Amino acid sequence: MAKMELTPEQQAILDGEKGEAMAKVMKTLVVYGETFGASKMVPVTSEYGHLVTSFGLSVMKPVYSLMDQLISGGALAGQKFSVDPRPLDKNVPSSLLQDLVFKFMYSKQSDYEEQLKTLGLLNPDAFTCTCYMDEVGNKPKKGDVLSWAESSAVVYANSVLGARCNRNSGILELFGSIVGCVPYFGLLTDEGRKATWVVEIKTSKKPEAQILGSAIGMKVMEDVPYVKGLTKFIGTELDADATAYLKDFGAATASNGAVGLYHIAGLTPEAVELGEKLIADGAKTYVIDDAELERVRASYPCIWKDADAKPKLCFVGCPHLSIKQLHDWTNALSGALEKAGRKKVAIPTVFTSALAVQAEFKKTPDYQKLLDMGVTLSYICPLMYMNNPLCGKQPVITNSNKLRTYTSARYHTDAEILDLLSKGGN
Amino acid sequence: MAKTFKGRPVVPGKATASALVTHNGFNTLASFQKALMFKDKDAKCSDQNNPDIYEKPMHGAALCLPQTIGSTTGGMVIYCAAALGQQPACMLFARPIDSLAAAGAILADVWTDVSMPVVDGLGDEFLAYVKTGAKVEVKEDGTVIVE
Repeated sequence: MAKMELTPEQQAILDGEKGEAMAKVMKTLVVYGETFGASKMVPVTSEYGHLVTSFGLSVMKPVYSLMDQLISGGALAGQKFSVDPRPLDKNVPSSLLQDLVFKFMYSKQSDYEEQLKTLGLLNPDAFTCTCYMDEVGNKPKKGDVLSWAESSAVVYANSVLGARCNRNSGILELFGSIVGCVPYFGLLTDEGRKATWVVEIKTSKKPEAQILGSAIGMKVMEDVPYVKGLTKFIGTELDADATAYLKDFGAATASNGAVGLYHIAGLTPEAVELGEKLIADGAKTYVIDDAELERVRASYPCIWKDADAKPKLCFVGCPHLSIKQLHDWTNALSGALEKAGRKKVAIPTVFTSALAVQAEFKKTPDYQKLLDMGVTLSYICPLMYMNNPLCGKQPVITNSNKLRTYTSARYHTDAEILDLLSKGGN
Repeated sequence: MAKTFKGRPVVPGKATASALVTHNGFNTLASFQKALMFKDKDAKCSDQNNPDIYEKPMHGAALCLPQTIGSTTGGMVIYCAAALGQQPACMLFARPIDSLAAAGAILADVWTDVSMPVVDGLGDEFLAYVKTGAKVEVKEDGTVIVE
């Protein structure tokens, strides 16, 4: 592997002039960069970082021990950062036994949050997977170089905001924030942002964001897709509806595959600017029609013990909901309940979003309307909730393909979720 | 008859182990989640979406895969598995290694004492040839011999 050219400052850190911990941080980044043929490091230019590891899971001792090494070695982040959602919220329905398991599982939560605070946590409420929401305030500019992790946030920042970030792993993203630079390769480069797949949407109606993203992720894996034919369904403006759609679509591409960047013809910033110049020579084609989406959906396994069980819980908001989605879900649910002659949801339901988004939502009449329907509003990470084996055994439903991928939760479309919440049933 | 493949040693080292082969992208978080949670020393794969390796032990296996997919916790998960002694004997990638797996392999190499050789770029033919259970030998220079 070719050696990376380092600045005198970077070389000094590697040589141990700022201590052993900093030297190991730099060594990790250098070896990582050289693996991908990076010739140099480039400065991180975003105001804030974003970390994926938010949970004080008792079995993750190696991570906490590494954090201790960083702190004691003075290797603190040079930029503040937000973090993925907290794993626990007492407002989310759980039994006494489940609570006991949570207490054991996440026994390191407060210790870990102390470590995050010392390392550079933005503020005590900066826990969300959608840090790029206006209300949260960690929204990079087009062209910014990031050292982020969280697959759904990285793909959103790259694709919708036009920032530049590789699909960094947890821990590596913190290392970039600590030394203030990242290896220059992959999605940071113009060449790495070219599409090697052209996806043609030929469906008869607007595709479910979560299934479309899943289909593309499974097909292209970590490649960059250039998606044609979607603007006729979601428009040519990056408004609140389109960005919410792309948030959910992107999360599915990144969790069902490993997509870090997509271009939507006529919509996302680089596709608008460069058009089909973004398509690499020899790009492959993937045509998606109604039958293909149906085939993909039919491939999802259901691992409930009793496949016909009545759902006991419903999660909506993985990734966290935008304020527009909170309003839209509240009103759609209200309409569905009224039509069904009910006042409250038939299945205990949790909507999740960032605390800063909730603060704005709570100023509107829709908040009380949501509570009156019996829905819980939480900042939790549903995936972390489902990691509790007693919760994982429950029949849980969701409209999130990401949650489906990592847990036993069963996927339903938005329309099916509304139907189940308003009418009950299996 | 043994067949030899040549890849790039991302983390050089020697290993001999039985192959565990996934033809789908290896979802690191989904695969290791339960093993880490329940301290399963065998590290049985918990990814229900991957029938190739679901419920099969990953610890000590020569994990043969196209690349990893899924959550960006992936590298951290590989690092934790290594630090907790649940790691595969080696990871053998048909395609060029992806950024998450590379991060995990390098974190494990720099921050733990564990030896887990990682070779990438072995080619589609490698993944088509190697079968779960076959004996695999990895050499320092990225040579992989499948018996």
